Amino acid sequence: MVVPILKQSDVLIASIQAALTDADLLQLRDDLLAKVGQYRSRGVVIDVTALDVMDSFATRTLRSIAEAARLRGARTVIVGIQPEVAITMVQLGLVLGAVSTALDLEEGLELLGALNRKDAPGG
Amino acid sequence: MVDEAREGLEGELLVPIERDPDVVTARQKGREMAVEAGLSGSDLTLIATAISEVARNILVYAGHGEIILRQLERNGRRGVCVIARDEGPGIQDIPLAMQDGYSTGRSLGLGLPGAKRLMDDFEIVSEVGKGVTVTMMKWRR
Ligand SMILES: Nc1ncnc2c1ncn2[C@@H]1O[C@H](COP(=O)(O)OP(=O)(O)O)[C@@H](O)[C@H]1O
Ligand SMILES: [Mg+2]
Repeated sequence: MVVPILKQSDVLIASIQAALTDADLLQLRDDLLAKVGQYRSRGVVIDVTALDVMDSFATRTLRSIAEAARLRGARTVIVGIQPEVAITMVQLGLVLGAVSTALDLEEGLELLGALNRKDAPGG
Repeated sequence: MVDEAREGLEGELLVPIERDPDVVTARQKGREMAVEAGLSGSDLTLIATAISEVARNILVYAGHGEIILRQLERNGRRGVCVIARDEGPGIQDIPLAMQDGYSTGRSLGLGLPGAKRLMDDFEIVSEVGKGVTVTMMKWRR
């Protein structure tokens, strides 16, 4: 299950379509990090609306994507965590750490804009 | 614990865990069985996530094993039972493995303690050199 990655101006949008195996998640990580360099993206949005499970491996991988993308000059926002998934993550003891989240794609893009304005010199 | 519970209306299902996609299959089958047992809402996500954790442990630490899914009925109450079984190296110190953040795999160390929090009943037995069996249940509310 390959996750499609769309480029929209200086942002990459990865929309997960269905359940992912651990190998798929690692592939997503590698693809996103390569594309951040290729397109000089300033932001990454990962839409997890279609994920019915966010276990410890998925959470750890999303966290490492966000941290590595940050080192490559891009901010990451995770959008679309479902309510049942959020409850489960809390009970499991999972935290996204410094990773930004937003309710949906639109809010995620807004948040990225705000984060990047804040980063801009003199901003 | 398992024996007390009267066994399945729809019988049981065995999912071999040998490769990465089997983890996804096991959690999907677990969710389906939980629906059949009358569970709903976030309970389905809790069960699927707990299965994901124990199934991954089988792959990572034992190489291969199996997940057995059963419907339960006890005193008119329905539920599901998940058994994760392998014949890998086993766990030397179970109380240690059950601690949040303890990992020999350089991962988060939340799989076992997290699965215990997600389910109603959780039992882990292991003999070093013989493998691990995790038995967990979730009952309809
Ligand atoms: N099936 C298993 N066989 C052998 N060891 C296991 C098994 N499951 C878990 N363990 C041990 O218990 C530890 C804790 O497991 P877990 O809580 O899932 O965290 P993690 O997988 O992130 O290390 C593992 O690091 C491993 O040492
Ligand atoms: Mg684990």
